[in-house]
Amino acid sequence: MTDSPRTFTVREDVERRLAKRYRAELRFRSTGLAAIGIAVTILCILIGSIASEGIPAFTAHKLVLPVTLERDRVDPEGDGSEASLRRGSYNRVLQDALRAEFPGVTARNDVRNLFRLYTPLNATRLMDVVLGDPSLVGTTHLFTMPLADDLDLYLKGRLVEDRTLSVAGDLTVTADGDALVLQSTNTDFAALVREIQLSLGAEARTLELRAEQVLAAAGQVPDEDMARLQAEAERHAANAVALRELALAGDGFLPLTGDMPSVIIETGGQAVRLTQLATDGSSARGTAVLGDGQIGNTSAWTLYVIDTPESRRRVSDQLLIWTRSLVERGMIKAGFNTYLFSNADSREPELAGVKGALYGSILTMIITMFLSVPIGVFTAVYLEEYAPKNRFTDFIEVNINNLAAVPSIVFGLLGLAVFINAFGLPRSAPLVGGLVLSLMTLPTVIIATRAALKAVPPSIRQAALGIGASKTQAVFHHVLPLAAPGILTGSIIGLAQALGETAPLLMIGMVAFIADAPSLGLAGFTEPATVMPVQIFLWSDGAERAFEARTAAAILILLALMIGFNAVAIYLRRRFERRW
Amino acid sequence: MIDAEVQPTVYHKNALGDSSVKVAVRDVSVSYGDKQALFNVSLDIPDKSVTAFIGPSGCGKSTFLRCMNRMNDTIDGARVSGSLKIDGAEVNDRAVDPVVLRASVGMVFQKPNPFPKSIYDNVAYGPRIHGLASSRDELDAIVEQSLRKAGLWSEVSDRLQGPGTGLSGGQQQRLVIARAIAVNPEVILMDEPCSALDPIATAKIEELIDELRENYCIIMVTHSMQQAARVSQMTAFFHMGSLIEVGPTEEIFTNPLEPRTQDYITGRFG
Repeated sequence: MTDSPRTFTVREDVERRLAKRYRAELRFRSTGLAAIGIAVTILCILIGSIASEGIPAFTAHKLVLPVTLERDRVDPEGDGSEASLRRGSYNRVLQDALRAEFPGVTARNDVRNLFRLYTPLNATRLMDVVLGDPSLVGTTHLFTMPLADDLDLYLKGRLVEDRTLSVAGDLTVTADGDALVLQSTNTDFAALVREIQLSLGAEARTLELRAEQVLAAAGQVPDEDMARLQAEAERHAANAVALRELALAGDGFLPLTGDMPSVIIETGGQAVRLTQLATDGSSARGTAVLGDGQIGNTSAWTLYVIDTPESRRRVSDQLLIWTRSLVERGMIKAGFNTYLFSNADSREPELAGVKGALYGSILTMIITMFLSVPIGVFTAVYLEEYAPKNRFTDFIEVNINNLAAVPSIVFGLLGLAVFINAFGLPRSAPLVGGLVLSLMTLPTVIIATRAALKAVPPSIRQAALGIGASKTQAVFHHVLPLAAPGILTGSIIGLAQALGETAPLLMIGMVAFIADAPSLGLAGFTEPATVMPVQIFLWSDGAERAFEARTAAAILILLALMIGFNAVAIYLRRRFERRW
Repeated sequence: MIDAEVQPTVYHKNALGDSSVKVAVRDVSVSYGDKQALFNVSLDIPDKSVTAFIGPSGCGKSTFLRCMNRMNDTIDGARVSGSLKIDGAEVNDRAVDPVVLRASVGMVFQKPNPFPKSIYDNVAYGPRIHGLASSRDELDAIVEQSLRKAGLWSEVSDRLQGPGTGLSGGQQQRLVIARAIAVNPEVILMDEPCSALDPIATAKIEELIDELRENYCIIMVTHSMQQAARVSQMTAFFHMGSLIEVGPTEEIFTNPLEPRTQDYITGRFG
């Protein structure tokens, strides 16, 4: 027998099948790899998008303003008492301080616009500062407050598209009535003019195409609609003609309207907003927004373009120029967003923080932990180690397993009916939240503990019983320590689930807007509070754009909490884990 | 199990040898739920000797062994009837606290089951829960003595704080025996103590059992006829829940009175 086994027909058969089996295995393994790859990618995209959205919210721009706390302003009674200090007009103090920084702003509208740099809620914060240290009255105090949310977004580059163009020539500015005439020795505006003309042309072309489309559609609709469509086409066509005319700039000047990019010339602490660009590319007309406009001759100037038209944003050019000026003067500083952690919720995004929600979550979790873990563990120990196996315990077991699958909002309804209506516990309180979440967590803890107890080999129980340990001694000396890692993991998973739960808390009123953080003492349990996931839910609904970033930031904080929780679980499990 | 029923027992004369009766069993029956596992077993077990229970799997010998320290109590639905007296004291009585009983009837299981604790704590656990030692020194002495009796002292004296589960299988089984004798029992039950061990470890355990015989009444279940022949003084043969034949080991192996015993010993069934 020297020939290879391949000569046997039956071997070939086996080999074919073998190849098929290997292919099946490879298929299965590559499917598994692909599944893991997809899961990891999706997770990365998710975390990445939340992080890129949320990380900017961890920094904030703060306005540092020297405020003069004149006695007659902040202490109307003049006796320095708390009641008197509380009646002070702190917003006026802030307004005065801001006006002092911009002496040129006098027009009523402009002044009102100026006060949009900050939120008036900061007056309360200033009052708190003065109440904390009444000796400040009569002095000048350096007050730090967050910049208005939109301007903060602007400085983070998330509100508008803008750029600074380089210039080569010297600029001469002369007054012409109310307007200023700007003349550069170089064709510094030429590129901008061409750009604007091209974009106007493109816009006109779009309108013309739309007019054609509407006309084409008009031929296919009933007569009564045709007139309307034709009118629409005519309107588009007329708009297109107007735009082309504008771009042509028959008088040699291209007007800059609110629908076009804003062009601003900045030089030596002054800013001029351009209203017309000459088609020759070297001259323009504008109005002074910052400073008196007496610039004369200068070579140090920049051309700042905000591509997002003024009509399409919430903040005016004026406000942006003031903000830039304050940054230049070093009065606006970027830094860590302390408000995010030191404040509770607020209507103004720049003052809104997670402190209230964080404290609420901590208080709620304390209640949940101290109720669900001991009750759950001892229930599981009794059911697993002591309870006789009969119909009654079977019934209990089935019900516990079913409870784990009950939608969490049902527990919220139960909490509302039992804890608030029947027991009369306070609404929106961490105590009730903790009770409701305990109900929700109990089945998880019981099931996890029972699984952990089941996993302890029976030989350990027999060994303990065999040398005369009582049942309770066997359980507490041997079985529970061995089951501890599993119990811990289960409990922490249950608690983490409770930490991220929103629905049941909506029912018991923890969804309210609460501007004060609960105290971290015993009293805090009955004070109104909210929790992290509910805060995220509330912020995601916020109208201001700055809430978007804060929502993502709050998600990141919650995720960090969860990861911390799980890290503790893993650490404890490693510590308690023993082999047998 | 095919339909089992009460079978008469054949008793050899002089079954007790020179020893006195330690355990007197009369009409013990065990059933799990509606299935009867043991039928009216009666026998006397001598003190200071090794009694071996042999028989095919499922014949009820382990069940019977577990009656002696009421381990059947831990199984749901197990019922034990009949009388089982150790030194004249009834074991099978509700009034008897199994915790107290198990302190004087130690048990060694088929698979070595040390606690996942240190060697010292494994041995000291029994004395601790029963309060046998009043001081640390006394406890140390009990641990050392027990480990010496189990022939393990020389091997583990330098690592008493090491994990009990880190020992080899044979060492673990001797550790478990040390743990059982640490509470100073009168009877030691062994449920196939060598079935999970290699021949060398088995030989050591057998040697140990032979030594322990001087001080304790040892009752062991074994599947190995050679082992029963080597270490026991008395042998009881169980079949289908009944005690078929009981007598001095020598007689059972050389001159069985029952044909079924003969068949089992010569390997014709089982």
